[in-house]
Amino acid sequence: MERKKLVQVKNLTKTFTLEKGLSLKAADNISFEIYEGETFGLVGESGCGKSTTGRTIIGLYQPTSGEVLFDGQSVHKASGSERGKITRNMQMIFQDPYASLNPRMNISEIISEGLNLNGLYKGNERMQRVVELLEMVGLQKEHANRFPHEFSGGQRQRIGIARALAVNPRFIIADEPISALDVSVQAQVVNLMKTLQREQNLTYLFIAHDLAMVKHISDRIGVMYLGNMVEMTASEKLYESPKHPYTQALLSAIPVPDPDLEKGRERSIIEGDVPSPINPPSGCVFRTRCPVAKDVCAQQKPMWQEVDSGHFVACHLYE
Amino acid sequence: MDHTEKLLEVSRLRVVFKTHGGEVNAVRDVSFSLNKGETLAIVGESGCGKSVTARSVMRLIPEHIGKIAGGSILFKGQDLAKLPEKEMREMRGKEISMIFQDAMTSLNPTISIGEQIMEGIIRHQKVAKSEARRQAIEILQLVGIANPESRLKQYLHQFSGGMRQRIMIAIALVCKPSILIADEPTTALDVTIQAQIIDLFKSIQQKTGVSIIIITHDLGVVAKIADRVNVMYAGKVVESGPVRDIFYNPQHPYTKGLLASMPRLDADREIPLSPIPGTPPDLFAPPIGCAFAARCDYALEVCRNYQPAESHLHSKHSVSCWLQDPRAKKMLAAMQAPTGT
Repeated sequence: MERKKLVQVKNLTKTFTLEKGLSLKAADNISFEIYEGETFGLVGESGCGKSTTGRTIIGLYQPTSGEVLFDGQSVHKASGSERGKITRNMQMIFQDPYASLNPRMNISEIISEGLNLNGLYKGNERMQRVVELLEMVGLQKEHANRFPHEFSGGQRQRIGIARALAVNPRFIIADEPISALDVSVQAQVVNLMKTLQREQNLTYLFIAHDLAMVKHISDRIGVMYLGNMVEMTASEKLYESPKHPYTQALLSAIPVPDPDLEKGRERSIIEGDVPSPINPPSGCVFRTRCPVAKDVCAQQKPMWQEVDSGHFVACHLYE
Repeated sequence: MDHTEKLLEVSRLRVVFKTHGGEVNAVRDVSFSLNKGETLAIVGESGCGKSVTARSVMRLIPEHIGKIAGGSILFKGQDLAKLPEKEMREMRGKEISMIFQDAMTSLNPTISIGEQIMEGIIRHQKVAKSEARRQAIEILQLVGIANPESRLKQYLHQFSGGMRQRIMIAIALVCKPSILIADEPTTALDVTIQAQIIDLFKSIQQKTGVSIIIITHDLGVVAKIADRVNVMYAGKVVESGPVRDIFYNPQHPYTKGLLASMPRLDADREIPLSPIPGTPPDLFAPPIGCAFAARCDYALEVCRNYQPAESHLHSKHSVSCWLQDPRAKKMLAAMQAPTGT
């Protein structure tokens, strides 16, 4: 059975121009696919380009080169009603539930804004739809007339999810949707997202830096470092046999909530900081911190290649 | 290894804040002690009072909005809760130091880092600038900053996030305090940098014997660094014990819930996470009974009406929960016993 590729990202590059003729390549030649109904996790540390990639996919940024296909259609080249159809099918959930809801709109206005814009669910159906969405995310219809400040962080994130689902999208980009929430509430929101995915056959791009949570929610994971995708594979495989030295370091740096295990753990702590993305290292961008870097790593950029079925890595060790 | 020398003893600490909405009881009868050379972690979710507890020890609660309403903070025979501000100023930085989550907003961007490090040395040790400079270089080496002589002249924006945190640690440690309080010191950092900073804490403790209070919501960090753990919920310590007891034999339903709600890298993806339902209570009007009762799967009638007393599993592991009451245990045993005649 051939799975349908809902989103195809092809050689996507996004360069931001800075002052004094400097430029910053936030995403450098990124390629991956997201199959219908799956969750694709994008992880990496701050400044690695994961949010830029997500924002370019949904069309908030125009790519410098490369393209993004949604259901076979180019996101950035489409115009008019075609573009409208694509954007309706792609929605976004944001990190900060305090900043991403307008404090002067009540919940029913927030949730139905997308319905207004798209001319969906008119008249009596509108309120019914709002109530249906509220119940879908675990809130009640009484909440429709309240304002964002009356809700806790977890509840606000539920409102953000209801807003994203209002127009019946097929694909949702969630950019750090739980990192502003408390641990016990994070699990509530993740479980909700998983249930909704099953019920509505949603496809997710889940962007986060918390590898344990990303592993829990994602079917496949891509690891980014300094604008480059360095490894991509099924989530269990990434955890069981990480190939790229950066993925290995990232996994070993995460402290495990288990004191005995932590004491016995052998860890490869990588030295130093992430280099400036304005002036990235030549060759492989990770070489300045890589414990196994060779001469070739400084000279040539490693190729993006499949080392195992569905397991891609960009590293000279595997060439 | 037995740490017996008590350095700090906090008893029945209460902190209230005045707001437009009324008084908030942020810390409600918190008691704990800190021994020499150990690391105590205070964990809990936002608003549980962990930071306020730590700031009270440093007496950093702004007077116009809040106050220590009761209890004592005994440090080397003195009650810090009642110490005049002038004497307290001699304590801060010299005896007890604190570092914060965000170095960028905690340090001064317009003063070179050398001056910021030397400020404390000159203030507390009354030494010449050349001697202060020598000590500043020494401390920068200790926290792992290369070329300290030239780095002293630089400003905060010339350092990365991890380096800034190292500088804050250097400033805190330069007068060799006996207690270092770290409030979410790695939360703003990436995991690879977090690992470096945690290792730094450990090596510094080995070298200087400083006692550390670390405030965090990350149980992974706790497992890695702490000797003992205080779990806080709604302004109270609900469970306290050695790190192994807290992780392998948690007694309070909140501690259990917190541990169960975290995803683990080695867990099966098919099993849903077990979140704690609901949200923490409103501290304007804290519940009369156990604050966790409304979210607790095991809550009894008594939990909603009366505060649970602290019970001790052994001399170091204590928990405040009605399930520990002998009567509750007897009931549980009776319910689990075979019902045959």
